[in-house]
Amino acid sequence: MEFISQIFSDYTLRTVALGAMLLGLTAGSLGGFALLRRQSLLGDAISHAALPGIAIAFILTGSKAPLVLLIGAAIAGWIGAALISSVTTRTRIKYDSALGIMLSVFFGFGLVLLTFIQRNPDANQAGLNSFLFGQAAALVERDVLVILGIGALVLFLMNLFWKEFKLLSFDPDFTGTLGFPVPMLDRLLTTLFVVAIVIGLQTVGVVLMSTMIVAPAAAARQWTDKLGVMIVLSGIFGAVSGVSGAMVSSWIPGLPTGPMIVLIVSGIVFFSLLLAPNRGLLFRRLREWKAGKELRIEAVLVDLYTLASQHPSAEYPHSERVLDVMSTMTGPAKKTLRVLNDLGLARPIDSPIGR
Amino acid sequence: MEFAIDIRDMTVAYRDKPVLWDVDLQVAPGVLIAIVGPNGAGKTTLIKASLGLIKPAAGSVLIHGKPYAQQRKSVAYVPQRGSVDWDFPTDVLDVVTMGLYGKLGWFKRPGKEERVDALKALSQVGMEEFANRQISQLSGGQQQRVFLARALVQNADVYFMDEPFQGVDATTERAIVDLLQNLRKQGKTVAVVHHDLQTVSEYFDEVMLLNVRRIASGPVGSEFTEENLRTTYGGRVAFVSALSAKQTS
Repeated sequence: MEFISQIFSDYTLRTVALGAMLLGLTAGSLGGFALLRRQSLLGDAISHAALPGIAIAFILTGSKAPLVLLIGAAIAGWIGAALISSVTTRTRIKYDSALGIMLSVFFGFGLVLLTFIQRNPDANQAGLNSFLFGQAAALVERDVLVILGIGALVLFLMNLFWKEFKLLSFDPDFTGTLGFPVPMLDRLLTTLFVVAIVIGLQTVGVVLMSTMIVAPAAAARQWTDKLGVMIVLSGIFGAVSGVSGAMVSSWIPGLPTGPMIVLIVSGIVFFSLLLAPNRGLLFRRLREWKAGKELRIEAVLVDLYTLASQHPSAEYPHSERVLDVMSTMTGPAKKTLRVLNDLGLARPIDSPIGR
Repeated sequence: MEFAIDIRDMTVAYRDKPVLWDVDLQVAPGVLIAIVGPNGAGKTTLIKASLGLIKPAAGSVLIHGKPYAQQRKSVAYVPQRGSVDWDFPTDVLDVVTMGLYGKLGWFKRPGKEERVDALKALSQVGMEEFANRQISQLSGGQQQRVFLARALVQNADVYFMDEPFQGVDATTERAIVDLLQNLRKQGKTVAVVHHDLQTVSEYFDEVMLLNVRRIASGPVGSEFTEENLRTTYGGRVAFVSALSAKQTS
């Protein structure tokens, strides 16, 4: 309870929690489309590719204003994504290799530039490193407003192009035959990914930001079979992880916010993979176990029928051990016989030849 | 006479290797035509290039006398059902409704009217009771029928279908055959990539034999000959002789 009042009274916590919530909401919602288009790793490439953009924006302008740096990040991230797609279509290099190459080339270049900036004697240089793993505590109200504005625009466009994005994600070829410009839609959706990723870089950092795209969506997919529900749920998971990550890291001193958010969203994924109805591992096991039980009942029943048909009367008793031998695949028959007895399909008979 | 489908000089190459070489195809309105050929013959490529999904090196497509780009609304496409992820979070009715997205245009969402149309199309393929079924729970044949319903709802004049009979159950096969007959009755033109040589003469009016180049095309009676098949399939004659044995019996 104390926390909840704290979130309203503590300015820093409130700012950080709000910023983290908004970025989680935006990235999470959009991540649903990335997951369904099997572009989960694209987010990773985009966020790593953003790093040199941040450095170049600083070198060119000398400014550390978040908006300036984030525009640099967005341009670089977008160029990275465009290069991946053109390498894939123009050369024999496959999509996953192109992703890997761009990710490391851009990230490496970004690290070189960061080091270069730090060596340069300039009073204004410190702080760019915080984009690696994010530094939520540095968020101020203006940053949150930027996240809010851009996030709202991204979600508005996602909603506006809902039908087109759904069609594109399910069946791109069919989308083309209906007359929709597939390359344009593809670029638009990629641009929205870029923007959603960039607004999280200050808080979560380039290294971990892609988790905010993939993880909420992967968790949400477990709980529903409806696209709308999945996207909303994914946004909620992102927002909840953002807020709780911010709160936990303010609660326990020394815990970094970005990684904390990522840990929490990963926890949600783990929980969802395990416990979601239908798709969850636990339910799947349960179903298999049930099916196995039914299968054993049928197998023993078939064995009993086979035995009965070889004897003058259906009442002729058979030893349990015979059944055990007959169906070695299904295990001991004792338990199954008890079930069959309860169902009224077989009954125990005391007989001298019994055991 | 104006052709429903008029493909000229269609040529597609992947890097230096031609996949389709100078292929012509003219189909009159109201004709069911099977496109037949071995694996890698370019059957799917012919359809995709005709629909602008692959950029051809050369070639033009007229639909009822006008360039395809102007006739999109009167052309429907049924892709191979393996081309999409059937674990996508949506239901049968929603997928069929996608056939109406082109007509709806940008931004407009489907409403009640579209749902009614989609249900009608579903009933034409015997799938109306599956309307709210999750698409991941469909059998292969049911998936195929959903794809057909999605094309039917477009109410097109010309249909391109890529392997609709591939790996479907007997019920679905029957449903597709009935559907093709129905479409012909309505004067629609249907080009079907087909792999089962045994059923070509039963299901189709015309046939195109394709192996990178066009080997033959025209009425099944005159063009679906052993010689043409041998040219199309090369050494795989066992296949062909089994067929001619069936025809003579």
